[in-house]
Amino acid sequence: MLKSNIPSGPIEQKWTKHKFDSKLINPANKRKFKIIVVGSGLAGGAAAASLAELGYQVDCFCYQDSPRRAHSIAAQGGINAAKNYRNDGDSVQRLFYDTVKGGDFRSREANVYRLAEVSNAIIDQATAQGVPFAREYGGLLDNRSFGGAQVSRTFYARGQTGQQLLICVYQALEKEIAKGGVTMHSRTEMLDLVTVDGHAKGIVVRNMVTGEISSHAADAVILATGGYGNAFYLSTNAMGCNVMAAFRAHKRGACFANPCYTQIHPTCIPVSGDYQSKLTLMSESLRNDGRIWVPKSAEDCKNAAASIADADRDYYLERKYPSFGNLAPRDIASRAAKEACDDGRGVGPSGLGVYLDFRDATKRLGESTIRARYGNLFQMYEKITGENPYETPMRIYPAVHYTMGGLWVDYNLMSNVPGLHVLGEANFSDHGANRLGASALMQGLADGYFVIPATIAPYLASQTPGSITTEHQEFKKVEEEVRERVGKMININGKRTVDSFHRELGHLLWDKCGMARDAKGLKEALAAIPGIREEFWENVRIPGSGENVNAELEKAGRVADFLEFAELLCHDAHDRKESCGGHFRSEYQFTEKSPEVKAGKTQPGEAKRDDENFSHVAAWEFKGVGKKPKLHKESLKYTAVKQTIRSYA
Amino acid sequence: MANLNLTLKVWRQLNAQDHGRIETYDAKDIPTEASFLEMLDIVNERIVEDGGEPIHFDHDCREGICGMCSLTIDGVPHGQDRGVTVCQLHMRKFKSGDTIWIEPFRSKVFPLLRDLMVDRSALDRIVAAGGYIDIRTGAAQDANALPIEKDKAEAAFEAAACIGCAACVAACKNSSAMLFVSAKAAHLNYLPQGAPEKQKRTLAMVRQMDEEGFGNCTNQYECEAVCPKEISADNIAKLNRDYAIASFKEAVS
Repeated sequence: MLKSNIPSGPIEQKWTKHKFDSKLINPANKRKFKIIVVGSGLAGGAAAASLAELGYQVDCFCYQDSPRRAHSIAAQGGINAAKNYRNDGDSVQRLFYDTVKGGDFRSREANVYRLAEVSNAIIDQATAQGVPFAREYGGLLDNRSFGGAQVSRTFYARGQTGQQLLICVYQALEKEIAKGGVTMHSRTEMLDLVTVDGHAKGIVVRNMVTGEISSHAADAVILATGGYGNAFYLSTNAMGCNVMAAFRAHKRGACFANPCYTQIHPTCIPVSGDYQSKLTLMSESLRNDGRIWVPKSAEDCKNAAASIADADRDYYLERKYPSFGNLAPRDIASRAAKEACDDGRGVGPSGLGVYLDFRDATKRLGESTIRARYGNLFQMYEKITGENPYETPMRIYPAVHYTMGGLWVDYNLMSNVPGLHVLGEANFSDHGANRLGASALMQGLADGYFVIPATIAPYLASQTPGSITTEHQEFKKVEEEVRERVGKMININGKRTVDSFHRELGHLLWDKCGMARDAKGLKEALAAIPGIREEFWENVRIPGSGENVNAELEKAGRVADFLEFAELLCHDAHDRKESCGGHFRSEYQFTEKSPEVKAGKTQPGEAKRDDENFSHVAAWEFKGVGKKPKLHKESLKYTAVKQTIRSYA
Repeated sequence: MANLNLTLKVWRQLNAQDHGRIETYDAKDIPTEASFLEMLDIVNERIVEDGGEPIHFDHDCREGICGMCSLTIDGVPHGQDRGVTVCQLHMRKFKSGDTIWIEPFRSKVFPLLRDLMVDRSALDRIVAAGGYIDIRTGAAQDANALPIEKDKAEAAFEAAACIGCAACVAACKNSSAMLFVSAKAAHLNYLPQGAPEKQKRTLAMVRQMDEEGFGNCTNQYECEAVCPKEISADNIAKLNRDYAIASFKEAVS
């Protein structure tokens, strides 16, 4: 069922060879093909613009009022590339290796190599489009360091790299809209996928202003709809981020891979109350100069940070991981913060916080340098917390941020449903069990600008353009199902708000399937989720009608899918009986007694992988709501790197 | 700090055909740590529980970068606080007993969709008219082949920081979009990559702006005062210069 279609040959020649071996479509014929792109972030926007440049007809959909607002915009820190402009020993090979290792040897090697290979072209492309990356006085591009790397390969535009990259993607997209190659449908949400004879041939959408439900047919469908972090209710995602498009595709046959790989970002502003709607990330770039610590003794936790002497501070990342220090990868830094707080040494009113302190960097570099590097991030922190980080250290705590799992795709980024392609965070392929900082922007743009324009052609070449229209009975059928579901939801007229269900689900997932998981907790979650879902369908209250803007109806549709998706997430987490990257199973960790610890290769408490039994992608096939999905395995074979213990000590 | 008890005066309107009106809501027991939008979430949850329809407003990232949120608070787009979007405004800025007026971003160019939501797609059409560098994917040279003076790159960045929220338009008595258009144009016009299309871009964006029905700039600088990204009105002066040069070149060519 899962054919990865990885090209043969040495890893560094696969992509070139694959492009040469792939069928092309004659320029005069391209305009006959229509492609649907759902999502307008870095992956979707770049794909829509680039495919239109090639001559395809593109229909692009987004739920926001403008494609420029997709959540890629919120990425702060930067984008990686193997330019080696710093002469510090970087290379495609090293970026590839760091990414595979960062993903705890659970990603598909060939995809990661391609990602590293096209990374440099992304920086060229973005610069030519006008992205105002940070520069040095000589006029050349500046770099900084990110977690999991010992080279400086991250390009950045102050603390708003995502917004600058997305603006240029959006401008390229608007250019193609003006030229007529892209038809943009904003404030439009995909509610289902339409397959004809097993091939993805269109989507059913709802116009979020008029409530109109309509069908759109195409020769191929691309989903670039982001991750599912909002299943946890509180996350760093935008309020509208959801799993609906991907999950609808899953219900129509697409396998969902590795949903248990969820990334908890170590540096977010701590939760302050139950009214809270989202969590705000503070860029990982802050760890270039900020030092993370908690008091050595729990008694000191209530005292002012400045009053605690150096000798009484535990700079725990520097202590545990001396060679990477505060730039340890995200999963490791998050778990270390959790450990410190579980140990009773957390700071702040909730006790769930650690310090990120710029005192020493300010002394060393001066406040003006710190201001130039991080000014907007410090300002953001102050706006939210009312505290001045130039004077008192920031308080941070981990939060759900990015999801490495996603729809299963082959080397061409096509799912197991022919014609359905999946890009960016919505697919599973490049980050394994943990994503390194500044790699999400890289992957989104790689997929959109450089991979899909080449890899969609072989599929299209096998199709007769325009052969399926919305007159086909499948469209009528799916449209009817969608109408029925929307109507049913509105007519429940129960007592509880949509948010109350979402919060309940989110709390459960965070407790049982968050930073640390175990079989017992996951079983409890699996037992509890169906009950929440049943109550939702009996007791949710959605006021108003479907014929106007109806925010509660939009939220309800998304939460209904999260309530089904959550089970899939917990099944995957339960069945992966190992720890790797963002998936930490408390039962599987190194202890004092482990031979690897005695040999000095790792430390107690680190994630313990099981390569013998779990070196595979877990791709799940939908079998019905409330039924256990069917597992398909894609075995992961490493030829260019060796699977080792992932050590950052 | 103790929780707040507030009175809200909110613009309600079902859709473009409906007659709008101000309605009054009690916002009781609001935590001071909550953001303004979280305060509205709390009020909305209570409205729904009491059988009403919630107050609709645009929002998404809730960290001040997507540009979706668009409320006029006590007459000021994004509220009195400088340099923030409404999602970054926190309730500690208010005190118990306050009455807060909440209205949509007002401009004849932004049709109302529901309650506090408006249609700002005119801004997208201005960008489509010329707010880009026309380079094909894959056609770029090495990024370091073209050094750019640091101050020029910084100036381009300052202009590019615009999040397209349209507070500038909403704050202007003339509904002028000059701050937005000038920032979008300056971002690209400052850079050497943007030079080949500078003239074409400047003319096309300004003409599209006029066609959409935005008003003229009369140098009141209300736009600069409400801009959540503190985009400078100097960009307007630059746009006027670039436009004058482009018009002259067009006339004599």
